[in-house]
This record gives sequence, C-alpha cells and structure tokens, in this order.
Amino acid sequence: MRLERRADTPLVLAITAPLLAVVAALAISGGLIALADVNPATAYAEMLRGAFGSRLAVTETLTRATPLILTGLAAAVAFRARLWNIGAEGQFMAGALVAAWIGHGMLGGVPVLLAVAGVLLAGMAAGAVLLVLPALLRLRFGVDEVVVTLLMNFIVLLVVGLMIEGPLKDPLAFGWPQSVPVDRALMLPDLVARSRLHVGFLLALAAAAAVWALQARTVFGAETRAAGLNPVAATFAGVALPRTLLLVAAISGALAGLSGAIEVLGVTGYVTTTLSPGFGYAGIVVAMLAALHPAGVVAAALFVATVFVGADAMSRATGVPSFIADVIVSVSLLTMLIALLFTSYRIRR
Amino acid sequence: MMQPVLELIGITKRFGALLANDAISLTLAKGEILALLGENGAGKTTLMNILFGHYTADAGSVRVRGQTLPPGRPRAAIAAGVGMVHQHFTLAGNLSVLENVMIGSEPLWRADSQRTAARVRLAGFAERFGLPVNPDARIADLSVGERQRVEILKALYRDASVLILDEPTAVLARPEAEHLFATLRGMTAGGLSIIFISHKLHEVMAASDRVTVLRAGRVVAERRTRDTSAAELAELMVGRRVARPVRAQRPPGAPVLTAHNLQVRDGEARLHGLNFTVRAGEVLGIVGVSGNGQAALGRLLCGLVHPASGTLTLHGTDMARLGPRGLVAAGVGRIPEDRHAEGSVGDLAIWENAVLERLRDPAFSRRGLVRRAAARAFAASLIARFDIRGATPGTRSRLLSGGNLQKLILGRNLAGAPRLIIANQPTRGLDEGAIAAVHGELLAARAAGAAIVLITEDLDEAVALADRIQAMLKGRLSAPVATEAADAQVLGLMMAGMAEGFDAA
Repeated sequence: MRLERRADTPLVLAITAPLLAVVAALAISGGLIALADVNPATAYAEMLRGAFGSRLAVTETLTRATPLILTGLAAAVAFRARLWNIGAEGQFMAGALVAAWIGHGMLGGVPVLLAVAGVLLAGMAAGAVLLVLPALLRLRFGVDEVVVTLLMNFIVLLVVGLMIEGPLKDPLAFGWPQSVPVDRALMLPDLVARSRLHVGFLLALAAAAAVWALQARTVFGAETRAAGLNPVAATFAGVALPRTLLLVAAISGALAGLSGAIEVLGVTGYVTTTLSPGFGYAGIVVAMLAALHPAGVVAAALFVATVFVGADAMSRATGVPSFIADVIVSVSLLTMLIALLFTSYRIRR
Repeated sequence: MMQPVLELIGITKRFGALLANDAISLTLAKGEILALLGENGAGKTTLMNILFGHYTADAGSVRVRGQTLPPGRPRAAIAAGVGMVHQHFTLAGNLSVLENVMIGSEPLWRADSQRTAARVRLAGFAERFGLPVNPDARIADLSVGERQRVEILKALYRDASVLILDEPTAVLARPEAEHLFATLRGMTAGGLSIIFISHKLHEVMAASDRVTVLRAGRVVAERRTRDTSAAELAELMVGRRVARPVRAQRPPGAPVLTAHNLQVRDGEARLHGLNFTVRAGEVLGIVGVSGNGQAALGRLLCGLVHPASGTLTLHGTDMARLGPRGLVAAGVGRIPEDRHAEGSVGDLAIWENAVLERLRDPAFSRRGLVRRAAARAFAASLIARFDIRGATPGTRSRLLSGGNLQKLILGRNLAGAPRLIIANQPTRGLDEGAIAAVHGELLAARAAGAAIVLITEDLDEAVALADRIQAMLKGRLSAPVATEAADAQVLGLMMAGMAEGFDAA
C-alpha cells in the first residue's frame, strides 16, 4: 500500500473532505460522550440548540465567531506564505490593549467614524509590529519565528497585565484588574438589538473577502503564493522574497490585531488579561480546518464557535463536561489533517 | 538456451486512463547486460517498479529462476536475489557506508549488531566486484559516483544476483559513467545479470549485450547490441526518424553581451577574470565538467548574483545590476539549469508560470491586479505555438513531462523575441524528441538575430549549436575557439585546462 500524489484535486473532494473530517471528529467525540453515559445524538442536538436554538443563541455564536474569523485569516495568510505565525494570541491582545489605550479619551473631538477607524488602525498596527519583528529576525539572523512568536504571546500577556495594573488601570473598577474603558461613542453599534452581536461581524466578513481578493487577484497575491510554494523559482522569476515576507507578516499581524481591537470596541469596552479564551490559538485550528482558504475560514470559524457556544448549553442540559468542546475542536483538527492528505494523495495498493 | 534468470510475462499496468505497460514480456539470461531503452514516459520505470514489487501489475507475472514472485512484495524480490539501484538514491546521509549497507539486513530485535562480520562481508564484495569504498565514510561526504557504488554494494550485500539500475548515469559525469559500465561488465563476469534503464543511445551501444526498446508502454523491438546501430535504436525508440537540427552558417552581427574581467562571488563559488562576447545571431557555448563554476555563471547571467568587479554590458549599457525583472524587461530570455526547482512552481497553473517573470509587466497586470484573461490567453498561445502536450492554461505545471515543461519555459522566453538568451543545460534529462525540439527553437532564435549563451556539459550539444566555444575550469574561462576547429580532443584539452587562454591562477 502506498500513497500516490493526485494529479488534481477534484472540487467535490476539496469541499466534501473537510465536511467528512468534521463528521468523523463528531463520531469520535461521540464515543467519549457515550462513555459519560449520555446518548451522543441527544448531546449533539442539545449542542445545536444551544448554538442556534434561539435568536440570542444565534447572535452569541456569531459574536464568538467574529474574532475567530480574523485570527483564522491571520494564520491562513501567514501559513500560505510559509510564515509560521503562532503569535496571533499576543497580536490579538496587543491590538486590544492599544485600542483601549487610544480609545480612552484620546480621540475626543474627532468625528466618530474617523475615531473608530483610527482605533482599529492602531490595533492593526500593534499586531503588525509584533509579527514584522520576528519576520525581520528570521530574515536577518535566521531566527525561527515559531519560537519567537509563541513566546511573545506570554510576554504580551504580561505587558497587558502590567498596564492594566498600572498606567491603564481603571480607577472606577473597584480594584478589578481591568483597563480604562473606551469612550462610549466609539463602541461598535449592535447588529441585532438587545444582543451582543455587533458590526464587527460584518467587518470580519469584509476582511475575509478582502483577503481572498488580495490572494487570488493581485500581483502581490500571486507572488506570495509562488514564494510560499517554491522560493527558489520565485526568486528566479524576480520576486523579492524579503519584501514579500515582511508584507505578509504585516498583513497577518494586522488581522490578529484588528481582531483584538474589534473585540474591545464591539463586546467588552475594556481589556482584561482574560479577554481572549485562546482566540489566537483557535485561529490556527480554524485556518487548518479551512485548508487556508479565506471562505473556508469563515465556515470553520462558525463551526468552532458553534461547538464552543453549544457545548456550554449541552453541558447544562446533559451533564457532559463542556471540555468536550476542546476535544471536538482538537479531534477535528486531526481528522482535517488526514482529510487534507487524501485531497492531495490517493491510496494505491 | 539455459533457463533465464529473470522473466517478465505479459506485464500490464494501467494508471487511470494511461496504459503505462501493455503486455510487456522480456527475459534476462545469466551473465547478461540488458538495456531497457525508451523515452521518458515509455513505461521503463513503471515496469521495473512492478518487477521489484513497488507496484502490483494489473496482469502478468514475474519469474526469477522459474519461481513466480508474489506481486507487491519488495521483500520477496530481495529474497529472490533482485536488487534495485534507484535513480534517486535511498541512502541516509548522516550514516556511514557500512551502516547504510546493513540497514534492514538485520532483524530489529537483535541486541548485538554484527558489525565486524558485516565489515568483512562488505570488504569482500568491494574487492570481488571492484567497487572500492571506505566503510566508515559518511554518505554526506561522498561524491555522487561513490554513493552509487554504495547503492550497488547494498544490493550485492543482500545477495542480489539480478541487478536493476534505473537511469544509472543520469547523475554521473561522463568519465564516472564509463567507469561504472566497466565495473558492471566485470560484475557480469562474476555471474551477475544486469538490467539498466536508459534513454541515452551511446551508453546503450557501449555497455549492453542486448537491447529491449519500449515505446508508449510496449516492447517495440529487441536487438542484439552488436547487430544494431544507434541510428536504428533512435528510430525505434521515438517511432520516427529524429534528426537533431543542424546549425546553418551565418555571419554574426554586432556584440550583444560583453563581459570584461568579471570577478564573481556566489556562496562558495568564485569566478575569476571572465572575458567573453556574444554577438547577435551567434551561439557561444560554455563547456566544462560540472562543478567548475557554470552554476555561478548561470546565476550571474540570470541576474541572481552581481559581479564583485569587472563590467558586463548588454548592447553597450551596464547590466551588472539588473535583477531578474530588469533583465526580462531588457529583452533577456533566461532558461535556468533546473527547470523544476528554478524554472517553475509545480503547484501553480501553467498560465501562472507563463507570466511569473512578467507579473508586473503592464501586459499582465494593471494597478496591482493580475490581468487573468490576458495571462491565460498568453499561456494558450504558448501551448499552441510550442506544442506543449497534455496541457491547458489551467493545468498545474507539475503534471507536465520534463520536455513539455522545458518547452513552456522556452516559450515564455522566446515569445517576446529576446535579444539575448541564457540557456543553462537546456536539454539535460530530456529525451531525443524533446532535445530536437529545444535545439530547433534555439537555432530559430539565433536565425532571428538573438545572441545565445549556451552553458552545457553535453559536448555534442555544444558542437551542434555553438559558433564558438569556451571551456570553464575552476571558475576561469579559456579563450574561445571556433567550433569548426574544436574536435573532441581539442575540447578535452580545453576542459582539462591544457589550452591557451586560462589566465595564471
């Protein structure tokens, strides 16, 4: 038995493989649910109801998907260019912190639309800087960006802690460790009344469309793909690899930073060290589930958000610990990797 | 006739719509060297993979000394005494020769490895078959020829009595190849039987006892080597008469590319004091044994490295600082040494590869957006004009055969009617039909007035295409000689550095 590279991946397979991967992941996780003496079908039904069973549930799921779409895009953009950005978590937090800092009284008198754009851009810049630096280190000294970006996550988190205990501490929070709030006027408007779903969701969708257009239609996208697939040939054709890598780093970091800024302007209004339940890391899973395709990122983010939001409801109804959500997402990453193998290889006897 | 050592009977193998092997039968007698001759894609490698158990045949069987081998079991093939030396070696670079030879020959659960016994045994084979190696040398430190020797020893160590070599000379320089065939001849005297796969006529004529010619998955002919000729085999292999095109005499025009006293540093490679001139409508051949700086020269002329000193002028203007894009814009066509690694991105579509060098050209992009329709139309025109088989603009270039990929690379360079063409090993690894096509295109460009720098290790190619020839040795160039004055002996002396024109070191 051997694996043979496929000449071409049929479109049907490219679309059904991720779906089969998800089904397989649910089946495997179903075994664990059964071990907890709960009928998996019941559990999954509860999960679906928890995620989509009411207007509030739907808006919660979409709210949860918003940062995941953006961090997923951040990972997908970087991975496609073989830039291993494991630092979306830190870039997210940096974007959030800068958004709270700029958004707290610094932009009084500026027209609201401009001020919001300014806060989001500042968040993007913060994220971009955090990834451009490791990219520069890699170009200049050959430093592995996996290690640098991963470890920077912890540094950024500590800096956030420092700031919200120090200069950015909210004096009105009764001692709770949280940052000063952004000005009310800058908060993103709700998309659905009496819910947490905000305009940021649309921004995330727009970002996915923009990333798709950038990758599929522009010279920069074509050069990036060539550089990611075969750096030697890209260089021979005249693609400036360092410039391409730095631009990719800036875009990827900016997407993660934007994710953090939007979470602050859209949901909390301030920053705590627990603002992100791992949105940055989950973004990596989302990107892999999406096979690095921007449209897939939206779908994968919705799936992951569904699992996480639904798992809480399911846990309340059936008693299965909500940690099962982590299991489902993790197993689906594994099954997706296997599915990806079969989209580019076939088994021959 | 004695019982054959090896028989293939009616082997048929289908990959999807492609019939790779169509009822192929052949036999191998003891002590015989059989050449399996065929163009790329004729089914040679598939057949050998079936014989060795890497693939299972859809029909047919393999017999070794009358015993049928179970299909799909490489271990059974090894046990029956069949050894295979792959085109791409399967050695662990970080282990020693002895360790590589022993890998897999001992049961995993043995606590003590029989290194001493293995060393004696290896030395015995090396001695008997004239394959000297240092058993403690690390593979990574060995030359390609030495690695091949290790591969052969590995097969012998497993008691192979039938040795299959897949394109054994693809990676070897000419003298190494001749040495290999002398060794093989000696091995058959020691009782081994050998099949070697090749598409090179001269080595088949020189080294085999018998030739089986494959074409499009079928055996089209079997000949005793002494009863046939290279010309007949070429015709059998290709299925029609192929004649490489012949260069017509024509007076060259004005100088196009002039190098004066160039010094180049490219990683470890150094080029010293290069002087050469190529004129319009002229081909300058740069020959030499590989590894003497041709790669660095190619990278220099393709804009990937810049000279440390000296001048390089294109039509009188400095081109030393132009990068790849600048050269392409200045009308330089570049054919890289390695068409897979440098010349194309295998997972991109043909249309993307066709315009990769000229993505920022207004013809193919506007305000940063790729003009996809224009790029696809360009690719379609290349496919039609240069007869790129099995391709549509949307096909991934990885799916093209070597010859068709080279046509694509040639095409994207020639379509713009370049004034200068840098062709680095343009026919390496191609079969006869594709070589003739590439030569024809290059000569047509020459007739249209292009100046061509042809860097090649193939002396026949240099003599056929070039008007003047310079030899490269240790980063230096000899003085040019007119091709008419360059017979094999002269070229040999030039390449060995025993000719005028090499500056003192």
